[in-house]
Amino acid sequence: MKKVVANADEAVRDVFDGATIMIGGFGLCGMPENLIRALVRKGTKNLRTISNNVGVDGAGNGLLLAAGQIVHHIGSYVGENKLLEEMVLKGTIRLDLVPQGTFAERIRAGGAGIPAFFTPTGVGTMVAEGKETREFDGRTYVMERGLTADFALVKAWKGDREGNLIYRKTARNFNPMMATAGKITIAEVEHLVDVGELDGDQIHTPSIYVKRIFQGELFERRIERRTLRKA
Amino acid sequence: MNKPGKDVDKRERIVKRIARELRDGFYVNLGIGMPTLIANHVPRGIEVTLQSENGMLGIGPYPVEGQEDPDLINAGKETVSEMPGTSYFSSADSFAMIRGGHIDLSVLGAMEVDESGSLANWMIPGKMVKGMGGAMDLVAGARRVVVAMEHTTREGAPKILKKCTLPLTGVNVVDTIATEMAYVRVTKDGLVLEEVAPGLTAEDVQRATEARLIVSPHLRVMES
Repeated sequence: MKKVVANADEAVRDVFDGATIMIGGFGLCGMPENLIRALVRKGTKNLRTISNNVGVDGAGNGLLLAAGQIVHHIGSYVGENKLLEEMVLKGTIRLDLVPQGTFAERIRAGGAGIPAFFTPTGVGTMVAEGKETREFDGRTYVMERGLTADFALVKAWKGDREGNLIYRKTARNFNPMMATAGKITIAEVEHLVDVGELDGDQIHTPSIYVKRIFQGELFERRIERRTLRKA
Repeated sequence: MNKPGKDVDKRERIVKRIARELRDGFYVNLGIGMPTLIANHVPRGIEVTLQSENGMLGIGPYPVEGQEDPDLINAGKETVSEMPGTSYFSSADSFAMIRGGHIDLSVLGAMEVDESGSLANWMIPGKMVKGMGGAMDLVAGARRVVVAMEHTTREGAPKILKKCTLPLTGVNVVDTIATEMAYVRVTKDGLVLEEVAPGLTAEDVQRATEARLIVSPHLRVMES
């Protein structure tokens, strides 16, 4: 079985108009930047994106947004993206905001075959409107649905040719859950190594979840907020 | 009304007051903005571990120039460093920690708080679309929730209300409110004014507050 593809363009070859795609990353940290750029080049339209943020103006998912490729976005925080805010207020994009923990758990559940679960998060707020609630041990919980996608685009630090992945520091974030919740999961890695080179005890995402893998062509690894202390 | 000083001084008073709530061994989540500054005022002899909801336990200080790492950021997307013993995990694990009641203290900002301990901090309909991020999970799951905010809006309108008007972040979740004017505890009987800033009276604080304040019989001056 050959999972390795040559590059990002080959990896996204069958992403179709109207597809639902999960995109890993917390802001620009740990996002699959090569796959995003390839999707922009491909020009796929009417995408429904599931990603914590929409990048920033001019980077990350912000590129897809600026190219007019997203019609519906599901995420938890979009404060870094002026264009999105304008589009939402004008009504040119549909935005579903989900509490970040609920968002993570919905994706985890989706990948784990759990169609719905109850959480205390958001009870009594707008996000619980119209949803089933139930009391357990004297506390009210709201039912949230699992999420899956046609494609999950993830970024890892190292990966082997079979698709085992290891993430690095806070670049892990949503990537492991998304890898489990895509019908087709595509991983871009900074270092692609041979099978057997990674320690099996250190694998974060086992190969079973990954359908395609490649070494990214270009990692800008942009920093959103460079904050420093005096030496 | 003798409302104390500049923004920096206000923030310093709030941050220092909340830092005194920290206890040895606490796992703490500090919200974006002012709450982050609490890390600079951890009392001597106390060790706390800072959690970041993007998947880290053990946030250290900002890095020195040249040490910044694009893969190492806090929830405000600022570059940070790691303490010895740091661990990294996925967002699902991070919120399992938060929702599961393993975080001792969560400090976050608010646009409005009301006398039932509900707060609003994520949206102004028709005006601002930012999203709640992890705030709804934090207020629902942390053992103790402290709001750090200025007592009134820039225009001088109260932010501690009888009932929040903006879309809520959580219902009956706030334990304590710390502002530059006062330290207020949320109880089932209402808001108890426990401390006032130096130079202020309970009446001064009440005038800047829409909700009725119950003045504690042990009313003290906020230490700063």
